[in-house]
Amino acid sequence: MRAGPITALIAAAALVGLLTYGVSTSGSDTTLDEALARDERPAAPDRRLPVLGRDETGSLAEHRGTVVVLNFWASWCVPCRDEAPLLQRIHERIAERGGTVLGVTYNDASRDALAFVKEFGNSYPSLRDVEGELYRAYGNVGVPETFVIDRRGRIAAIFRGPVQRAPLERALAPVLAEPR
Amino acid sequence: MSRATALAWLTAALLTLAPAAALAAECPRTSLADIEDEVMCPVCGTALGIAGAPQAKRERELIKSLVAKCMTKEEIKDRLVAEFGPRVLALPARKGFDLAVYVVPIAALLLGLVGLGLALPRWRRRRAAGIAPVSDGEAFPEADARRLADDLARYDL
Repeated sequence: MRAGPITALIAAAALVGLLTYGVSTSGSDTTLDEALARDERPAAPDRRLPVLGRDETGSLAEHRGTVVVLNFWASWCVPCRDEAPLLQRIHERIAERGGTVLGVTYNDASRDALAFVKEFGNSYPSLRDVEGELYRAYGNVGVPETFVIDRRGRIAAIFRGPVQRAPLERALAPVLAEPR
Repeated sequence: MSRATALAWLTAALLTLAPAAALAAECPRTSLADIEDEVMCPVCGTALGIAGAPQAKRERELIKSLVAKCMTKEEIKDRLVAEFGPRVLALPARKGFDLAVYVVPIAALLLGLVGLGLALPRWRRRRAAGIAPVSDGEAFPEADARRLADDLARYDL
């Protein structure tokens, strides 16, 4: 075989490989959902991120030992507006039992996010996922998305899309009842 | 107040006001129109210049407020990256998979040039080899000569 066709073949293979890699990395990751479907509790991904409205960083690890309702949201997201009062009520309720809601903003300017927090009187903290790393690590495909994380930092429940009170409370009850 | 004291006060006032005046003269340093074709609406997934979603409107308002603060185009783009991440820039980042956008065309061009560099001399050699027998005045093959004569005989010229 001559060098010309071999070179063309290598170039074509490289191009196909590049396209395959691009397509495979751009899709959503369903690893967490699949683990929960097998009745497993996968470790909750974590990143150190800026805290909304403060000149400091925070992470999920800082809440180890408490039950965390991790909620990805954005001020421009209409369903996020609908569920914001519910999340505040849940936060107040679970705070007495060693729990907290932790927000994570996605694709949102900090001034808009702060205006949202002020509007709904949300007292729980939020992290700013500027690069979208945490968002991708949870296999998110939009906002809002909510995760119940147990005291050992494992995901116990996933709510893709807007969360409703009853299913969230049902998911929280056994996790809150687990020993500290 | 002596003349010297007055002069000192005047100099101090001028030194204080000059940078502010210069800044005001330069302000605004850029415009929304100048920036919005170089940044994305991250939520819409399109360039901000052609995005019509409410999120794009908010981003435009943010840019306008930064322009009003007399920030330069680069400062505003840096601020947008701090707010929305590098994906807010219309040009892909020069790292990770996005690097392929820059590398692949250059690599393809280089590969093409190398291919041409290798192929051209061969083509020339082949062409030269194909023409050589005739130009060298070698005898026309007898079979070809006979066929040519037959062909010509068939035509009534």
